Amino acid sequence: MLGVGAYRTRNLPTRSELLPLPIGEMTWTLTDHRGRSVRPADWAGRPVMVFFGFTWCPDVCPTTLSDISLWLEELGADADRMIVALISVDPERDTPDVLADYVSNFDQRILGLTGSADEVAQAAADFRATYRRVAKDAGDYTMDHTAGVFLFHPDGRFASIIDFHEDRRFAVPKIRRTLS
Amino acid sequence: MKHFLLAAALILSAPAVMACETVTIGDLTIEHAWSKATIGAGRPGVFYVEITNAGSVDDALIGIATPAAGMPMLHETVVQDGIASMPHAMSIPVPAGQNVQLSPGGYHGMLMGLTTALKEGDSFPVTLSFEKAGEVTVNVDVLSLRAEGPDCADAGQ
Ligand SMILES: [Cu+2]
Repeated sequence: MLGVGAYRTRNLPTRSELLPLPIGEMTWTLTDHRGRSVRPADWAGRPVMVFFGFTWCPDVCPTTLSDISLWLEELGADADRMIVALISVDPERDTPDVLADYVSNFDQRILGLTGSADEVAQAAADFRATYRRVAKDAGDYTMDHTAGVFLFHPDGRFASIIDFHEDRRFAVPKIRRTLS
Repeated sequence: MKHFLLAAALILSAPAVMACETVTIGDLTIEHAWSKATIGAGRPGVFYVEITNAGSVDDALIGIATPAAGMPMLHETVVQDGIASMPHAMSIPVPAGQNVQLSPGGYHGMLMGLTTALKEGDSFPVTLSFEKAGEVTVNVDVLSLRAEGPDCADAGQ
């Protein structure tokens, strides 16, 4: 046990390093599914909900986007000012056009964001999200990625994460706390 | 009245008549087989199903086959330290007297190499191979990419 503890202290970042930066301190630039450039400053004064994923993902990503769509419907117009974005961890395949096709299946308020490999890496670093390419047979690949949904207050402060396996009934109250 | 409204809502929201087929093999009951529509044939499809083992002998799902995909596999979505991955599942236990679900966020069939895009309202057969019970084929309903499960009359029971 002692050995494990020592290993953790040496190799894992501390808790505060794992928390996303406030939106205002982030430095990424991404492109949305309509081809427009988006920067953190564009989100100033708005509550924010962000999820990392990719459109080739058949299970976790559509499930999360279905859940987010249901939450947005339950919140109704209260969530209209909220920025809700899927950031692709697979920019090689997820072009803005591909993302447009994909997000059209879900609540219309959800934005798809992508960019160059470096731009996506910067966004993930700012959110303290991680992703990793995993090779499959015949040159195919999939992506492991952070599955939680990040919530931010309108002033850009990080609010909370909705974990993938968390009871989904707690999600809407968590989101509501960022809307006022 | 409430029941009537619910039934009416289901009829209105149902895009197509779903088979919601139930098949049995030995002590196993296989039901609520469904999939999600895909954008094109390049992306993998997914397969979900519910298996009940009413017998007294443990069994296991060891593979799936379908004409809809060149490389169907069993996967398990695992979230560890907040990171989701989908390792290959060599077999999915179906213990005696228990109900096992391949469902969003857990075990699923991963349909790689789709022969054609899966469209909402379509259905396709999947053959499940069990270690002890052998093989059985079920028809799978394709729901929307947004669907969270089939609206079968008995769903949730
Ligand atoms: Cu999978």
